[in-house]
Amino acid sequence: MSSVSPSAYPETGEKGGKSKAEWPLWEVFIRGQHGMSHRHVGSLHAPDADMAIKHARDVYTRRNEGVSIWVVESSSIAASSPSDKGPMYEPSNAKVYRHPTFFDIPEEVGAM
Amino acid sequence: MTRDEALFEFLVRMGDNTLVLGHRVSEWCGHAPVLEEDIALANIALDLIGQTQLWLGLAGEVEGKGRSADDLAFHRDAWDFRNLLLLEQPNGDFGRTMMRQFLFDAAHIGLLEALKDSADPRIAEIAAKSAKEVAYHVERSGDTVIALGDGTSESHDRMQKALDRLWPYAGEVFIDDAVDEELAGAGIAPLPSTLKDAWEARVRHVMAEATLKIPEDDFAHKGGKSGFRHSEHLGHMLTEMQWLQRAYPDATW
Repeated sequence: MSSVSPSAYPETGEKGGKSKAEWPLWEVFIRGQHGMSHRHVGSLHAPDADMAIKHARDVYTRRNEGVSIWVVESSSIAASSPSDKGPMYEPSNAKVYRHPTFFDIPEEVGAM
Repeated sequence: MTRDEALFEFLVRMGDNTLVLGHRVSEWCGHAPVLEEDIALANIALDLIGQTQLWLGLAGEVEGKGRSADDLAFHRDAWDFRNLLLLEQPNGDFGRTMMRQFLFDAAHIGLLEALKDSADPRIAEIAAKSAKEVAYHVERSGDTVIALGDGTSESHDRMQKALDRLWPYAGEVFIDDAVDEELAGAGIAPLPSTLKDAWEARVRHVMAEATLKIPEDDFAHKGGKSGFRHSEHLGHMLTEMQWLQRAYPDATW
């Protein structure tokens, strides 16, 4: 027999018709190596920013993925709307001259 | 008692502490209140089991009878275990689990920091590796005790009950005995009683922040570290933990 006695804390269960008082959602960004940029890896729930970083450490860096963690509350992120896709992005499709594809990159420069 | 006998005893105490607590914490896997805590608890359990392999592996080496870390973990009965009574106590609710974790983590980190300077380089090495993990454990468990103690009236009550219940088990780790004196004399390990003040300062600070009241009675149950008298809970825990090796001796992956 396991000695765990899990129980819902008051105001977190759905009994009594109360809605769940959930922790806010945080977006997690991790930098894998020095010199690289932070990359979005996922999201998690946490009561505050400090705990969000601790949770991110446990959830997303278990296999030695990171050297730096950023978290930001999801509600603070402003995002473009999928329905604006046409006006937002399509006009650039026809403007190939904006892409630096007309230059020959010398071998010794390596990956850019 | 020879030096090696004392050393074996000490190593088994270190390994049994991390083994028993590691197993207890692993019992939360799949049951924690939220996903993030579930993963965090599993991580901590794995850290502790990893430390167990090092301590019990070295214990078997020092003993010189060919017993491996697995032999020591799975083929001893309750009376041969040397873990603190605190660590075999049932998990109870999440709050009680975190209170037990913090009371131990705060003692564990002080001991490991001191062991980094052990005259025995094998012990210093294990301590240096473990201390990095445990520094995180104590920060996390301390923060959680503060958050729940200074949280809602419900969480505060649960944490106060947890502290009242576990406090009599908290002091055993600082009781010196002949093993400790032998090793302290040789510069291998510190006398546990010398670590108590720093532990108490840390615990008092966290409990004050958590608005929790530390019981005034300093009575400490003992018998786990010496193996003289474990609580009834250890046998039940071992029944589950050792079941597979008992039913299928020497089974491997």
